[in-house]
Amino acid sequence: MSMGFWPFDSFGSWMLLLLLVALACSKASSDLNKSTNSTTQHGPNAWFAAASSEPDERISVFELDYDYVQIPYEVTLWILLASLAKIGFHLYRRLPGLMPESCLLILVGALVGGIIFGTDHKSPPVMDSSIYFLYLLPPMVLESGYFMPTRPFFENMGSILWWAGPGALINAFGIGLSLYLICQIKAFGLSDVNLLHNLLFGSLISSVDPVAVLAVFEEARVNEQLYMMIFGETLLNDGISVVLYNILIAFTKMHKFEDIEPVDILAGCARFIVVGCGGVFFGIIFGFISAFITRFTQNISAIEPLIVFMFSYLSYLVAETLYLSGILAITACAVTMKKYVEENVSQTSYTTIKYFMKMLSSVSETLIFIFMGVSTIGKNHEWNWAFICFTLVFCQIWRAISVFALFYVSNKFRTFPFSIKDQCIIFYSGVRGAGSFSLAFLLPLSLFPRKKLFVTATLVVIYFTVFIQGITIGPLVRYLDVRKTNKKESINEELHTRLMDHLKAGIEDVCGQWSHYQVRDKFKKFDHRYLRKILIRTNVPKSSIVSLYKKLEMKQAIEMAETGILSSTAFSVPHQAQRIQGVKRLSPEDVESMRDILTHNMYQVRKRTLSYNKYNLKPQTSEKQAKEILIRRQNTLRESLRKGHSLPWGKPTGTKNIRYLSFPYSNQPLKARRDTRAAEFTDDDSCHPGFPPVMFSVQSRTRSLQERRQVQEAIPMKSFHRGREALNFDDQRTGQKEHGGRDKRGILKPKPLFHTVDEEYASGEQSEEEASAIGPRWTAEQKQKHSRDHHQSHSPLLQRKDF
Amino acid sequence: MGSSGSHATVIPDGDSIRRETGFSQASLLRLYHRFRALDRNKKGYLSRMDLQQIGALAVNPLGDRIIDSFFPDGSQRVDFSGFVRVLAHFRPVDEEEAGIRDPKQPEPLNSRMNKLRFAFQLYDLDRDGKISRHEMLQVLRLMVGVQVTEEQLESIADRTVQEADEDGDGAVSFLEFTKVRMPLGTLRVQTGWEGSGNQVQCRAERGALREWGEGLWGRGRAWGRKSEV
Repeated sequence: MSMGFWPFDSFGSWMLLLLLVALACSKASSDLNKSTNSTTQHGPNAWFAAASSEPDERISVFELDYDYVQIPYEVTLWILLASLAKIGFHLYRRLPGLMPESCLLILVGALVGGIIFGTDHKSPPVMDSSIYFLYLLPPMVLESGYFMPTRPFFENMGSILWWAGPGALINAFGIGLSLYLICQIKAFGLSDVNLLHNLLFGSLISSVDPVAVLAVFEEARVNEQLYMMIFGETLLNDGISVVLYNILIAFTKMHKFEDIEPVDILAGCARFIVVGCGGVFFGIIFGFISAFITRFTQNISAIEPLIVFMFSYLSYLVAETLYLSGILAITACAVTMKKYVEENVSQTSYTTIKYFMKMLSSVSETLIFIFMGVSTIGKNHEWNWAFICFTLVFCQIWRAISVFALFYVSNKFRTFPFSIKDQCIIFYSGVRGAGSFSLAFLLPLSLFPRKKLFVTATLVVIYFTVFIQGITIGPLVRYLDVRKTNKKESINEELHTRLMDHLKAGIEDVCGQWSHYQVRDKFKKFDHRYLRKILIRTNVPKSSIVSLYKKLEMKQAIEMAETGILSSTAFSVPHQAQRIQGVKRLSPEDVESMRDILTHNMYQVRKRTLSYNKYNLKPQTSEKQAKEILIRRQNTLRESLRKGHSLPWGKPTGTKNIRYLSFPYSNQPLKARRDTRAAEFTDDDSCHPGFPPVMFSVQSRTRSLQERRQVQEAIPMKSFHRGREALNFDDQRTGQKEHGGRDKRGILKPKPLFHTVDEEYASGEQSEEEASAIGPRWTAEQKQKHSRDHHQSHSPLLQRKDF
Repeated sequence: MGSSGSHATVIPDGDSIRRETGFSQASLLRLYHRFRALDRNKKGYLSRMDLQQIGALAVNPLGDRIIDSFFPDGSQRVDFSGFVRVLAHFRPVDEEEAGIRDPKQPEPLNSRMNKLRFAFQLYDLDRDGKISRHEMLQVLRLMVGVQVTEEQLESIADRTVQEADEDGDGAVSFLEFTKVRMPLGTLRVQTGWEGSGNQVQCRAERGALREWGEGLWGRGRAWGRKSEV
């Protein structure tokens, strides 16, 4: 591990220095306080008090008032330290694949704790119950609720609820009761821990945070249902544990004064249900309200993120006011509003919301882990071998029992049961996180004399699960995943397999969804008929393709296409002549590298769940891929859009015909072809004005194919000169980079530069001949479209639009 | 759209389609509903545009080719029987069915050969029975991201054709194609990690859906073990 951390040593060192300075300052400042006025109490305002109490004091040139800023100052430093550590963590590529990021956060926390302990610093800002529940918890819950993939969640809803609800209860009560039995053994010295205490401990220790491990086995491509189970568990588990925890605390308080009667237990169960359902209810209400409000924000889009955050938070607060589950409320709110808000708000607000949410939640979690590290290193521990070991063992046993029992039942109702492997992974992903620690840390000492023991046991469980399970789960998944070990032997296989996957995915899409047929249909109808009309702005695009286009960010697309063109070759380019007879000379290494290129660069089969990383917001590869594919396919797609607009065919063609006649190009068929291409970019601008340049750069990929053809073909000399013009015309548009790229190509091939573009006309013609040779595929309708483009192209107005 | 409503619908030529494709009544009914949902203007047939409107298909790199395969011989419309006939290729091979099949009858659409032929047609644009280097390159262009240069793609295409080409004509024939695919069959068997099917179904629906699910959501069977024989 020490080897792994080298990269951020350099970052960390000055941060540590800063931290030490801070500590030194605070010491100095408190020393100063002591020396100036020993009677003054220490505290944030001590220095002012000290200053005012001495009349002789002059205005000093330099003053130090560390106490005033201590809390925010230290919190800021912690967060910065954790961020720098994260940068280092991700600089070293292999590390994130090896362990969850929570390992790193815990280590940083322990480091800070060690420093604080070592320097004997006065107690750092501590977490208390209200800080945790009011400020730290909501962002974390909101984040996971908002990033939950909605559709697969609802498709798997039955299994998720079944697993997360009863699962949490079985774990809580199982662990609690079995620990209670252990406590009855006199030899362990635990007889003062009563049943309620044990149940409470069970409830807090059963709150798992498996989503932290999702990042670890991300690249192992676990299947969607498994992914959703783990995600759903994270989402609901916290809520259930907290509700249980609060009810049990209430019981404990009551128990102090009177005995608990069966009626109370029944009331507790009823309360459990009311609290849960009430929370969800309020969440949904607030979700709809905020979606409705974002309908009217088009003129002041800067406050869109604010609306989203404030309403989610409000739902949490309102639910808490009414003693309902705020966690479930904020989750439900996020899930409800997400769909509508995303359609209403502007693209930038959408990005802001995403990033801000990630940021808030990661700040919360960092703080909790640092509190955890701080409280790990200190004197507030009580070590009891029996209790701690049995806690560890029972956590594993009960998780295993709940997984295998519950999935045995739910498999009976599923079309696609969870395999034993899936269940093993779910069992093994029972990593405890910040939630357990916070709940343990917040136990009121007055009610729980053995709180220190609980905290210690919780810490041990967290450390064990995060470090040991978190680090080994990646290899375990890889080991269980048979497909990974099967290495494909030939390029053909690699290609055909992926093609088959795409084909299957495509056919699936054609067949549509097959789940929850009636319920979903009904909801969709209701959604369409009422909800969307009320909640979503009226001018939304009609077809899904249009909305996809809308989501494309042009700049990115251009950059992407450009870098794709400019990226250098990884292996030797076979020479033109050599290619024909001498392909056999490819060494095994070349074949190997080809296969690698294919494996890494072939488009992934679309997933319905987006990849989720708790700590980071990666640019979704699937999104990027979708952009690429859309750009490439835009001709056919656009055609379908155009048809969708149901413009009468004849009319535009007619008007353009006139322009064509007035344009001085006649009897220059080659030039006309060239313009046909240009026109491809210019027409239909109303839909996506940003496309033309993009299209161009993508197109240049096909150009090199055409370059190749040029070897076999003779080109009429006349066209060279016109081609030269056209080349300049191109360069103006695409700028220096593109130019450089082409130069490179020009050097590679022993051809004069200007042939390239000329060839395009020839080959353009040729490819059309080819196309018509295909015959039946090239249908009348397409031909018509083609000729229409042809006519359009000669409109000078359209031409100019391009510039 | 309750279950009572769907029973009342009558599929045109239902019986003959069922015999030809081997779909069960329930699957056929579902497909019919899907067909009508895709058919925007209630034309009674699907046009290219109807299929292009499927959002997920728009971002499928092979989207155009898949759509084209629904419109053989340049037709612009596909009716329900044509639609189902294409989909029938993806029905998993049924164990009992394979046993009792009358050898005189034509091969079912979902036989291994027909499946392979369907895939082959995605490559073979000019329908000459061969995947030329050019066609291979076109498929590669569709499937590979822009990071890979054209030169790389070309040499990959060369290599791919060359690897499969046994008779040295510089193209991959259907026979050669089936040989390449051979190890694939074993590859996809029993992986258990395949597929994205994740529906919680009520029990009554299960039988009918399982037939579908396994074919479509790839438990590895459709292209897998059975077809190896």
